[in-house]
Amino acid sequence: MKLELQGITKRFGSFTANDGIDLVVEPGEIHALLGENGAGKSTLMNVLFGLLRADEGRVLVDGEPVAFTGPRDAMTAGIGMVHQHFMLVPVFTVAENVVLGDEPVKGGGFLDRAGAAERVRETAARFGFHLDPDALVGDLPVGVQQRVEIVKALVRDAEVLILDEPTAVLTPQETDELLTIMRELADSGKAIVFITHKLREVKAVADRITVIRRGKVVGTAEPTASATELASLMVGRAVDLTVDKQDQEPGEVRFSVRGLTLVEDSGVTSLAGVDLDVRSGEIVALAGVQGNGQTELTEVVLGLHRPTTGSVMLDGQELGGRTVRQVLDAGVGFVPEDRSTDGVIGSFTVAENLVLDLFHGSPYGSGLAYRPTAVAENAQHRIEEFDIRAGGPESTAGSLSGGNQQKVVLARELSRPLRLLIASQPTRGLDVGSIEFVHSRIVRERDNGTAVLIVSTELDEVVALADRIAVMYAGRIVGVVPSDTPREVLGLMMAGMSAEEATQAHRSETGHLSASGEVPPGAGSGPDVAPSGGDR
Amino acid sequence: MSAPVVEKPAPTPQPDPARPRATSFWRSTVLPSLLSVVMALVVGAVLIAVSDDDVRAAAQYFFQRPSDTLVAVWQSVTQAYGALFRGSIVNLSADSVAGVLGPLANTLLFATPLIAGGLAVAIPFRAGMFNIGTEGQITVAAVFAAYVGFAFDLPPVVHLLAAVLAGLVGGALWGSIPGVLKATTGAHEVITTIMLNYVARFGILFALGTTYFQREGRADPISPPIADTAALPALLPFGRLNWAFVIALAAAALAWWLINRSTVGFRLRAVGANPEAARTAGMSVPRTYITAMVLAGTFAGVAGVSQVLGSEKVLTTGISAGLGFDAITVALLGRANPLGVVAAGLLFGGLKAGGLTMQATTGTSLDIVVVLQALIVLFIAAPALISAVFRLKSTGAGVGQLSKGWNG
Repeated sequence: MKLELQGITKRFGSFTANDGIDLVVEPGEIHALLGENGAGKSTLMNVLFGLLRADEGRVLVDGEPVAFTGPRDAMTAGIGMVHQHFMLVPVFTVAENVVLGDEPVKGGGFLDRAGAAERVRETAARFGFHLDPDALVGDLPVGVQQRVEIVKALVRDAEVLILDEPTAVLTPQETDELLTIMRELADSGKAIVFITHKLREVKAVADRITVIRRGKVVGTAEPTASATELASLMVGRAVDLTVDKQDQEPGEVRFSVRGLTLVEDSGVTSLAGVDLDVRSGEIVALAGVQGNGQTELTEVVLGLHRPTTGSVMLDGQELGGRTVRQVLDAGVGFVPEDRSTDGVIGSFTVAENLVLDLFHGSPYGSGLAYRPTAVAENAQHRIEEFDIRAGGPESTAGSLSGGNQQKVVLARELSRPLRLLIASQPTRGLDVGSIEFVHSRIVRERDNGTAVLIVSTELDEVVALADRIAVMYAGRIVGVVPSDTPREVLGLMMAGMSAEEATQAHRSETGHLSASGEVPPGAGSGPDVAPSGGDR
Repeated sequence: MSAPVVEKPAPTPQPDPARPRATSFWRSTVLPSLLSVVMALVVGAVLIAVSDDDVRAAAQYFFQRPSDTLVAVWQSVTQAYGALFRGSIVNLSADSVAGVLGPLANTLLFATPLIAGGLAVAIPFRAGMFNIGTEGQITVAAVFAAYVGFAFDLPPVVHLLAAVLAGLVGGALWGSIPGVLKATTGAHEVITTIMLNYVARFGILFALGTTYFQREGRADPISPPIADTAALPALLPFGRLNWAFVIALAAAALAWWLINRSTVGFRLRAVGANPEAARTAGMSVPRTYITAMVLAGTFAGVAGVSQVLGSEKVLTTGISAGLGFDAITVALLGRANPLGVVAAGLLFGGLKAGGLTMQATTGTSLDIVVVLQALIVLFIAAPALISAVFRLKSTGAGVGQLSKGWNG
């Protein structure tokens, strides 16, 4: 099925989200729609899917104009959509979720569970992946839940599949598996629209690339285009994808963790004896697959959990057992992993969010009184310094894009003198321009002599930022290696090998591995047995 | 080390800049509330009309002379609402100052405990909690204030201050219990406050049976009268309106300042809006819960004091008489905003004062007032209905706030 969009324009009030967009998606191709957050990709797809009505332009299916009034029309026409946030019922089984809204019945009006399960099994098998129809969706990892969404579209005979930022929630391994599935689908004749802002994935899988910026198509590209070219097209100016970071001799050990264990109330051991040192003026990146204890480690340091045993020292002072307030006051800056939940308060203004952990002290508060003028002045200053794009200091944080929310968090944490900065997934879900900015601020903080601990599941980020890389697996640190360690070795360590084993395995396998820089397949086998609790 | 290449900030695609904040507040909050009141009055008019004897009599021959029915409907509704107005705002047909302004004074008198009680619900609401326990907090505050008021013999001003203070402390103590329970054990405040209402309700019955509280020579549960030195002085030469009204207004102003201009309020609002982010930013969520409930109990204490030292001047089992539950409605109607609570308290006070007049002069049941109150809240809880009826652009506000307190 061939899908065409001609001159789609969509306005919200005075703001034009889509401005005369043309797009052609051929069967059997993966068409990447590349653009920064807020460029208008999702609006365009919502128009296509019938969720929004275009002000101008038309949609053609196989050359015939169509008018969708809702998702049901779009689905009937053979268009399926996998949303960034899954539309699944967690307490239903995979099969039940897949047939929801279109349930097969047998005699007497009973739900045909066996038939539903068979449909799921058969569809999944046709495209070369496995899915257990009887598993409860709530028990499944995110990557598998996403496959449920895909199968949901496929059993409704979707010929065009729209994937909205599908990799934003996935681990590197899950991402690789998804890309394989996408290739499989395209080869069987489906057309795929792949909405993303991640250049590496686009280059790995797309057949054609359309770049959108500020609601307009600014160009098309071949997957052979370099990442820098694509990034410049997307951002609208030259971007530097490497982190500009001078070598620097780190200072004394400022932050050290010894024998830290955490046994949760549920009996799960999240941390099993972590030892880690971060020196002044040094960035240590904590790499690892999501859910191997990184989140818990940062939360214990912040004082959200009390460690079972072990010690956390900052400047020779024990942090273990202190309250969050005391830890922050000791000079710890904290950028939480999930900024929209833990980092900002959506209904608060930007100005209020910028003083969320400073409001009680001078100059924002004295005694009981809170000083809105001081808070507003601070906001004006930070918004300029961090280039936070908001309607103004009084707009709510919830109305900001993810990148700008992250800038708010970062601006707040960096606005007081720090001894240690902990940043979890500092650039998750951010666009190229914001990533560049966040990275440069983190490096600047390190240059000022702050000890920096970065937690990231993105190998690109780990390699680009770190002075040293600590790899975490199953609640312990399996090794601390220099930042120029090959990606393959890091991948193997993330699957649980020690640094020596990984290096040896890598040497013996170098012959078999292509030098593409992809995560080695070996890294995908381990994480299934990793302790849970990291992804909420 | 390159400074980030900073492009000139482009016009951002946010449709909601700071500018229209005032108008959006009007459109999303004030206007729907006003329209809900209008809607409730319309539905109330229908109820008044169909329950009116003359209307029913005329309706029997509706198809012969429809005008009779319409006239009867018009008369029944205008008379009832006219009486409501005369009983709550001004009575122009009266021949004395007291007669003309008495209704307004009554409205303010009835509004006093509703405003204070409404604050007791509104403050925890901002911290994400639903305080159903205002009834019990008012009761306990009244018991404390009354005891100091009748059992001690103190010089005039000191006695009054001591009694008021005792009431506030009593309310705060009772309010702190669910706060401490939630903070330390996670017990849900809706459950604990409801249960504490029962404890207070039967506790006062027990207390009034003991020699400490029961008036000598009486068999029914009633306390000795409050000493004159401990009673709140009247504001006007007529009626029962007293200084409690001024205290309630001051409490509302204080509540407004606390929420919007104090660090405590910042903490309350942060915990209410997003406890995870508040915790990550170093705020103590349990301590905030306790603070909110202690404040709530104190404001309920104002209501209890106004009842026992202001209007009743004696402690009986009915000292709160459901005020704590009306206070929930007032807080919802006032959108948990102290200024809104004052407005809603005045409205409900007016309905109460006017309802009595309405019942006395037109025979319309006082229950219609309760129906009106319920309808107002019902319409506020269903903003989509109001926007559909009045063709407003949907703002989506209201639902979130009204339902938020339950998820704690």
